[in-house]
This record gives sequence, C-alpha cells and structure tokens, in this order.
Amino acid sequence: MAVFSLKVNGGVHAVDVDPETPLLYVLGDELYLRGPKFGCGLAQCGACTVLVQGKVVRSCVMPVSAVRDREITTLEGLGSPEKPHAIQQAFIDEGAAQCGFCLSGVILTAKVLLEENPKPSEEQIQEAMSNVLCRCFTHTRMIRAIKRCQGKSA
Amino acid sequence: MKKEFSRRDFLKASGALVVSFSAASVMAPFSTAQGPFDTHPSHVDPAKLDSWLAVASDGTVTAYTGKCDFGQGMYTVQTQLVAEELCVPIEKVKLIQCDTSVTPDQGTTSGSQSTPTNFNTRNLAQAAATAREALVGMAAQKLGLPAAHLTVEDGVVSAAGGRHISYGELIGGKHFDITVNSTAKRRSPNQWNVLGKPVPSMDRVALMTGRFEFVHNVHIAGMVHGRVVRPPETGATVAHVDEKSVDQIPGLLKVVVRNNFVGVVAEKQWQAAQAAKNLKVTWKPAPGLPAQRDFYNYMQKQPSRDAMLVNSKDVDEKLKAASQVLTATYSHPYQAHGSIGSSCAVADVQADHATVWSATQSVYPTQHGVSAITGLRLENVRVIFVRGAGCYGLNAADTVSFDAALLSQAVHRPVRVQLTRQDEFISENYGSACVIAQRVGIDTSGAITTWDCETWAASLGGRPGYDNPGNVITGMLVGFDPESIAPRAASEPSGELRNGSNAVPSYLAGCVSGKCGGEGSIRSERVLTHGVKSPFFTGPLRSPLRLQNTFAHECFIDEISSQVKVDPVAHRLQHLSEARIIDVVKAVAKAANWDARPSPKRGIAHTGTVTGRGIACVAYEGDNGYAALVAQVEVNQASGVVQPKRFFVAHDCGPISNPDGLRNQIEGGILQGMSRALGEEVTWDERKVTSIDWESYRTLFLGIELPSIDIVFIDRPSVQATGAGETAITLVAAAIGNAVFDATGGRIRQVPFTPDRVKAALSARG
Repeated sequence: MAVFSLKVNGGVHAVDVDPETPLLYVLGDELYLRGPKFGCGLAQCGACTVLVQGKVVRSCVMPVSAVRDREITTLEGLGSPEKPHAIQQAFIDEGAAQCGFCLSGVILTAKVLLEENPKPSEEQIQEAMSNVLCRCFTHTRMIRAIKRCQGKSA
Repeated sequence: MKKEFSRRDFLKASGALVVSFSAASVMAPFSTAQGPFDTHPSHVDPAKLDSWLAVASDGTVTAYTGKCDFGQGMYTVQTQLVAEELCVPIEKVKLIQCDTSVTPDQGTTSGSQSTPTNFNTRNLAQAAATAREALVGMAAQKLGLPAAHLTVEDGVVSAAGGRHISYGELIGGKHFDITVNSTAKRRSPNQWNVLGKPVPSMDRVALMTGRFEFVHNVHIAGMVHGRVVRPPETGATVAHVDEKSVDQIPGLLKVVVRNNFVGVVAEKQWQAAQAAKNLKVTWKPAPGLPAQRDFYNYMQKQPSRDAMLVNSKDVDEKLKAASQVLTATYSHPYQAHGSIGSSCAVADVQADHATVWSATQSVYPTQHGVSAITGLRLENVRVIFVRGAGCYGLNAADTVSFDAALLSQAVHRPVRVQLTRQDEFISENYGSACVIAQRVGIDTSGAITTWDCETWAASLGGRPGYDNPGNVITGMLVGFDPESIAPRAASEPSGELRNGSNAVPSYLAGCVSGKCGGEGSIRSERVLTHGVKSPFFTGPLRSPLRLQNTFAHECFIDEISSQVKVDPVAHRLQHLSEARIIDVVKAVAKAANWDARPSPKRGIAHTGTVTGRGIACVAYEGDNGYAALVAQVEVNQASGVVQPKRFFVAHDCGPISNPDGLRNQIEGGILQGMSRALGEEVTWDERKVTSIDWESYRTLFLGIELPSIDIVFIDRPSVQATGAGETAITLVAAAIGNAVFDATGGRIRQVPFTPDRVKAALSARG
C-alpha cells in the first residue's frame, strides 16, 4: 500500500492503495465516482474510459501509480446535470442511450475526437469509435449526437 | 442505502403516511391472495389498490411496480402511465421498481410482457384507473355533486363554477383501503396527454453526466469485495483448493469453498482480483464436450423431450402427392447475452436476515434463490433491484447475486462481487443452439400444399424461478441440480395452439382441436419440437427461440418463393390470413418501395460487389406484436463480407405508449440483430468455452458503417397493448439472409453469416 495524490475532476484526493491497483477501482471504490465502470477489465470495450491530461485512457488496465499528479477527468467531471458539456447535451437531446453503461467510453472518446478534429468525416468518426462498444446497439443515436456536435467547440 | 426497511417506513419516506399499514402485515410471509399473474403470493397483495399506489398530502403519487427498467425504458413509460390514468403531471409521480419489501410480485421483467401486463386492463394501469375513479368519487361526496359532473386535471377535481378539491386534500397520506376495480375505466388513447407522447427517457441527464447509480455503484458501510473462481473447463469439479497459495495476498479475508463453488473475499477489489487469479485450485475434469463442428448433427441424435404443436395427420400423404417437395435445414448457434458490464451484485447477509442489491429481472424469484442458498427464512431476505448493464435476458445478474450472498454469509460482512468478463462468458446462460428442419409440398400452381417442421433446441437450466437455484452456475456449484431435459415422446396436440416460441411458421393455419390459431392458410401442417440436453447452461436471450425459429421459417418461405419464381412478398401474402401480419407486410413493402419480382435477381455477376433486398415478418409469440422488416444489403463476393445498407420496418404493437422509446428499442433491436446475424457465436474446444472476451466473441462496435433504419408505426389505439422490445430483432437474420440470396443466389442456412460461410454459400451456387 502507498499513499497517492490524485487530481480528479478538479479536486485533489489522497488514497492509500496498492500501486498496481487499476485506476478504475480507485475511482469507483475509494472516490465513489459512478462514471467509469467495469466492463471487461481488458481494455476492450471502453466502459471504464477516463481522460488523463485530456487523452482517452482505459482505466481498468491503468495502474494508479502511473497517473499520480496527472489531471484525471471522468464523465461526471465533464459537466453537471445542471450544466452538461456540449457533447453530453447532444447525447441528452438525441436520447442516445438505453442502459447507459457504456457512456463513459462513448462520450469521452467522442469528445477527444471532436477536440482534435472538429469536423470529422464519416470515416474518421468510424475510426475513432471502432473500439468502443455499446451492447444495446444505440449506435444510430450516438453517432447522430456526435455529428450534432461537429464544428462546435468541444 | 438504508439496510433494513419495512414497507411502512418506505411509504412514510415517500411522503405517504399510510396509517393503517401494520407492521404485522408486512412481516406476514404470505397472504392467501394470489396475484393475477403467474407468481407466488407475497405480502404485497396485488388485489389491493394500496399495493400499487399512495398519494401524499402534497399530491405526490408514489407508484409501485414489479416491472423494472434496465434500459428498455420501462421506468419512463410506466411513470407516464400512472400520470395519465391519475391525471397528474408526470413530475408528480415517483415510481418504485422491483423491491421485495414494497412492490407487488410481478414475476420476471422479461419476454416482452411488461407492456401487456401493466398497460392493459389489470395491474398497474387498472390500479391507477381505480385510484382516479375513487378520488373522483370522494370529491363527488365532498362537493355534493354527481361524479359525472366533475373533471380532473393536474391532480385537482373540479366542478363547473370553480369549486375544486385536490387529491392531496382528498386522500393525502391515507390508505385507499379498496381493491383494484377490474371495471374502472381506463382513459382512452384519444384522451391521452402524457401517455402516447415521446417523453424523453427520464434517466438521460443522470446517465450522460455519470450520476446514475448502477448496481456496480452501490456502496454499503463496511462493504468488502469478492471474486469467484469458476471451473475453467465446462463441468469440472473441485478436487483440491490450496488456500495457502494466496496467504500472501494483503487484505485477504477468506477463501470460501462450498461444494464446487470457490470464491475469495478481500478488503479491496484489487486484492480480491489478485487472490482469485492466484488461488491454486485443482479441478477434476469433466468427460469433455461434443465437437463443435459436428454439434448440430449431435443435437439431432440426443434423447429428447418432444412436443407436437400441430398435426393435421395428412402431411406425409400430401408430400407424396406434391408436384415438388422442397427440404432445407437451418441452424443457429449458442449466443451470449454479453452485457457490456460484467455482472455485479452486493449482498449483506447477517445471522438472521439478508439484503441483496441486484440487477436481477426477478426480485421475488431471486429472494427464493437466496433463501435456498443461505438457508435463511424467505421473509427475512430482501432483494432490491438496482439497474445493471443491459441484460437482454438472463445474463449473470442472478448468479452473481447468489455469489454475493454466499460470500457475504461466509464473512458476515456486506460483500460486493464483480464477475470478470471471462467468468461471465464461460458460464452464463446462453441463448439456445437450434436446428430447424423443414419440408414443404408445392402444387403445380406454386401454392404450398403442406408444411412439415421439426426443431431441436438445446437447453440446460434457465431462469432459477422460485424453485431452481441450480438453473444458473452458482446454484449448481453449491449443489442444486439444474432443470434438465427429461426425454418424453410427443403426445398429439390438444387444447389451444401454443406458439409462444414461434415454432409454428406464420403460414400455417395452426389448427388444434378444431380451432385454428395460426396466421396462415396452410391446413396440412405438422410441427414437432425436440428439447435436448445442452452441455452448457442456457436461458432466455432477447427473442428466445422465436428468433431462431423465425430465421428458419422466413428464409425457407423465401426459398420456396424462389423455387416457384414468385415475388417473396406476394408469395407470403398468398399464404397469410391474419390481418395484422398482412398489414405489416404490406406497409413495409410500400415503405421500402419493394421491387416486386422473384429472387434472386436476374443475371447476377458472380464476382464483385452486388446488392439485394430481403423481407421477413413475424407475429411475435403468435399474438404479442407484429412486424415486418426489409433489409437492403451489399455483398462483397470476393471477401464474403455482408454490409446491410438500409432497413425498413413496419411495426404494430397496438396503442403506442411512447413513440420515442419504441423507436429506440426498434433501432437497437435491428442493430443487435445484425450483430447476432453477422458475427456472434459461442465457440468451444474439447473441454472449454473459447469465446471468452470481445476479441474471441465477435460483435459490432460503434465504428461500423451504419445502415439507415426507416420505421413505419401502425398505431392501433383500440386493441390491447403488446410487447415491442423483441419483435424487430426477431427478423434481422432472416431478412439479411434473404437479401444475400437475392443479391447473389447463394443461400446461407447457418447463423452467423461469417465471411467464410458466405463464401461457401457462393461456391455452392455452381
């Protein structure tokens, strides 16, 4: 066990855990965050996605020791129910969810895509989302929500 | 979350001080009342209005339902229902879902039964209608006016001239103390203000901003973490567990072994994961698995439990007399539910009582299962539904609830159990593998004169229900037997047509005991089903058996149409007799601007990329929803890759409660159906399942080329509401298969349509 200082959603938290502990477990079990979720534990599906220094990271395979002192953002850190981020608002407007378990992967991956490329082509959206899974197959609405945000500042 | 909670506390907390609800009645294990649905009697008597509804003095309505939301939209649409029937704003309704302490036992939320059960003239809808009439009756007395002279709006009963009284003033905090009135008048769809509207899903803001509480997010004071160690090979049993192998894992609390169940509990989740990974278990191997490459033949040779669904007893004779006989055998693999979130549950098992937070579809049956597994008295077990990842049927939500209860009981602390993806993929209750063999006789005019259908479906276990915890892996590992197939010969059909699994093709008249319940006109008919023992656990997966059967029937009718050179839509209509299925077929053909001609297309090039269209239709479970689907596909004949480009669907589920929610279900169902048709298949070797992650179990990620989906609703406000979550998915494999045939002339009779199978079908064209 070791004490780590984590910067999460603008706050600083000290946690006492095994350095090898995946970031996901720390966020969920120690900080009670609900955004990132255990999907496969294998970095294959995206449900555990968080942003680290603005980049997409699969937190289920990322040891907590590797992200100390980095800025970590979870789905709840992106925006609040009162003031959702533009990409969250687009998903709200499109009703782009069923169970909603996958949304950290879908929304955060799309956010980074739109930051890096505000007007992605169809193919570029497909490429960016090619390893993000939604098993309710809400694909149609999700892609529509992403397109709704094209050109808006992310 | 509060740990111990009586229904009385709950009603108080929800704003309704229900004074006459005694603690004694809460604790009484059973009342003698039997619910109007197929469940056991419980302490929440569904005959009583107060079991369904309470109105607080501020007019807030708390409603209790035994049908819960796992992403299919039942929370929002049931809230709409209550608001509509009570004439209150939707914001005034608070819905409590599936909790054995407070909600009526409505069995399992499954099988497209929530809408038929709660939206027609019984249960939740009827309770809300009863409450409105009762409140208007009370107002009539107070105001000294006939009820017919009163109107209701926003929870206020008004008379002409401005006199009015609110629900809160009439009943606030008190019991109704009446029974649900089966003749209370439902509001008719032409009066609807809330129901029938595209109310956005009420959970969406919490979901999109990461605030929604899933069962994975439940935290209980003192909670520790469990993991399980499943037999790596199917059927293996425990020979020895070397507990010393994990002595060094910090935080480890206990290695739990009970018969063949093995699990670990540790202070932290990562410690539990390490302990489960490093625990040395010596397994005694099982005899091994039947070879996958020959499995469909193997199934047909097994002892079986048979049922004859229809038998006109002239099939053999008509086949002999036919000018042509056409035969084809279709097969469908085991498929996984593959929820994106590996299943999770939290249990707090104390010496004499237990609480389980579970994503189960069946809180009351799970209560029974937990009671059986822990030995606790049934009435001392509370199961509370908390949403998990979308389940699409019996995923591992039930079994992980049992895991959590076992581990919590062993350490006397609340335990959260998170399954791994592999735990779930190797031992969940898969959708059944099926073989469907069909023969038809055709006369010189091209009409079908007789249809013979024989099916084999592999099953083991299933929903635990109230009495069979061994129907899922955890129950079996601790020593309960799964329900299995007891071989039995078929007896002749009697009573009414039973077509709940859509084993009887839509084109058959479906005559039993002189009454014809089918959707078709073919009166020479025989349908024989065989249930065979599966080497793997099976259970309901979205459109269970109905999808497999419909795939075979709807491709076969297409083969027949091609054989007699008749347009597939026209040929279907020629053999259908039921108005609602005929209407969806006509509507989808119109929407898709159907190119009426026989399949396959003329002059198909045998190289390059070609396009085609296919159709399929179904009367789901015989009478629980109607849909027809057209698929337009592109087939790359060099690679064998099938790319659906466009879908058109016509859909009839009676009155539509929420068109946006319905659209979401249809869109998702079609794409999930596409994933199942094109890629999904459980695989295994001699000893174990080999599809264990998202690389070895193929599915369609978000980055695929998306087909467009056009939906035509056929709204029928005057008939009973039916299910709608499983109709569209039922048709996808068949429509795609037929479109591939139309494009290429190659027929694929085995799901999934992998590139290799497509190429094999193309090679077989000659």
